[in-house]
Amino acid sequence: MAGDHNWMGNARSWARRALREVLTSGQARSVREIGRVSQGQCARAFLLSLSTLALGCCGLFCPSSFAQESPYIVTYDHYLEEPGSLEVEYFSTFGTQRGGNDFHAYWVEFEYGVKAWWTTEIYLDGQTTFNDSTLFTGFRFENRFRPLKQEHFINPVIYIEYEQTSGADKILKEVEGHDIESDLAEPNGSLRQDHDHELEFKLLLSKSFKGWNVAVNPLFTKNLSPSEPWEFGYAVGASRPLALKAVPNRCNFCRENFIAGVEMYGGLGDAKSFGLHETSHYLAPVVAWNLPSGWTLRLSPGFGLNDNSHRFLLRWGVSREFSGFGEMVSRLFGGRP
Amino acid sequence: MKNRTIALCSAALLAFMVAGNFVGTLFPAYAQMNGPAAAEKHKWSYAALKKAPDEARARVNPLENDPDAQAAGGKLFEQHCAECHGRKAEGGKRGPSLRAHEVEEATPGAIFWVLTNGIVRHGMPDWSKVPEPERWQIVRFIQSFKISGALQSPAGQR
Repeated sequence: MAGDHNWMGNARSWARRALREVLTSGQARSVREIGRVSQGQCARAFLLSLSTLALGCCGLFCPSSFAQESPYIVTYDHYLEEPGSLEVEYFSTFGTQRGGNDFHAYWVEFEYGVKAWWTTEIYLDGQTTFNDSTLFTGFRFENRFRPLKQEHFINPVIYIEYEQTSGADKILKEVEGHDIESDLAEPNGSLRQDHDHELEFKLLLSKSFKGWNVAVNPLFTKNLSPSEPWEFGYAVGASRPLALKAVPNRCNFCRENFIAGVEMYGGLGDAKSFGLHETSHYLAPVVAWNLPSGWTLRLSPGFGLNDNSHRFLLRWGVSREFSGFGEMVSRLFGGRP
Repeated sequence: MKNRTIALCSAALLAFMVAGNFVGTLFPAYAQMNGPAAAEKHKWSYAALKKAPDEARARVNPLENDPDAQAAGGKLFEQHCAECHGRKAEGGKRGPSLRAHEVEEATPGAIFWVLTNGIVRHGMPDWSKVPEPERWQIVRFIQSFKISGALQSPAGQR
């Protein structure tokens, strides 16, 4: 009996210690922070549900179409979305972090071809920092315009993006100015206090020749806060399908369905201090697998090229293109497609 | 106050651009007022074949004698072109028939040129992202209509 009493007492004190541990250390230091974690989990669940819902709805009402997608994740070539088609994409970035916790950032992308010369996109960003929290970190609204009617030796596309993100945004969709690894080392609680409203301009220059695509994207960013200078960056990429001729039969594993390449991107300082000083740069092999069912899978391990860069970034993405989305919306509103 | 202004401006910008994006989709009548009617659009498509430069028009299909080219072209047509031009190339809501006299008369080089450059201002994207040999396979398939007089079902189809 005394033994039982002793056991009960030990269990009670263990439970008290465990509760104190949960409330005071590590993942959740206060009840308020527990609330924040669960809010963050809601954000992640929201993004995942949204992409699943969009994929499901489009899958029900729109036929999917084979997409000859490029393998790039950061670099853009000059090809726009086909008019009336919607592409739903989900991307992940796992990043290592010195002086802080590793992270998993993700974004959902809705890309719609308005015209053959105009594509518009909305991004929703989120991230989970291990041993910290999960946050919804903002949105981006992007438009790409193709000014020239035909293919030329080099094909320019004008890219304009408005983004409203918090300092905790870690998707690293582009690297600009003096963005370096240590910027993201602080806990989410303090990073999320910063809010960025930025306009971003890119000139997408791209050329396809003998199966190869080469793309160069200079980048110019202006934080809408008047005190912030213009920031600069770049992304370059080269890619090629593994086979240039199609085989007659429908197949998943034919070489023509795989496109491999490499991309490199980084910051170039700002208007006050242009150059490579205090900037980060990455080199990343990329591969895309375009499935005949309409799905595209992408994988890209990225490596930091200097001490200011994250040592390793692992990116992957899944996307699906739905043709006739515009017509489906038109029918919903009673219009004639 | 500043934050509210920024939020309002952002929301207005977003609403304006989204509305702009979908105005042609949601209000087809408006889109038709501003854009060419379907027949007019198709006229543009056929006219583009004649706009191909002489040098491009004179190009010969390097896969003319490739026994697999037509079947592979049929598969690629199904994947990239059928959405607009119809599965049997008979024409669709967005793309003209490729069994028309104008297409039959066009040289392989002219069809290849239109495929490569698109008719961007009139809705057809350029397909230079498809590798050059694959584009020639598609040309071979399109030209098979005039030889056979009837659509030949691409291999590997259901």
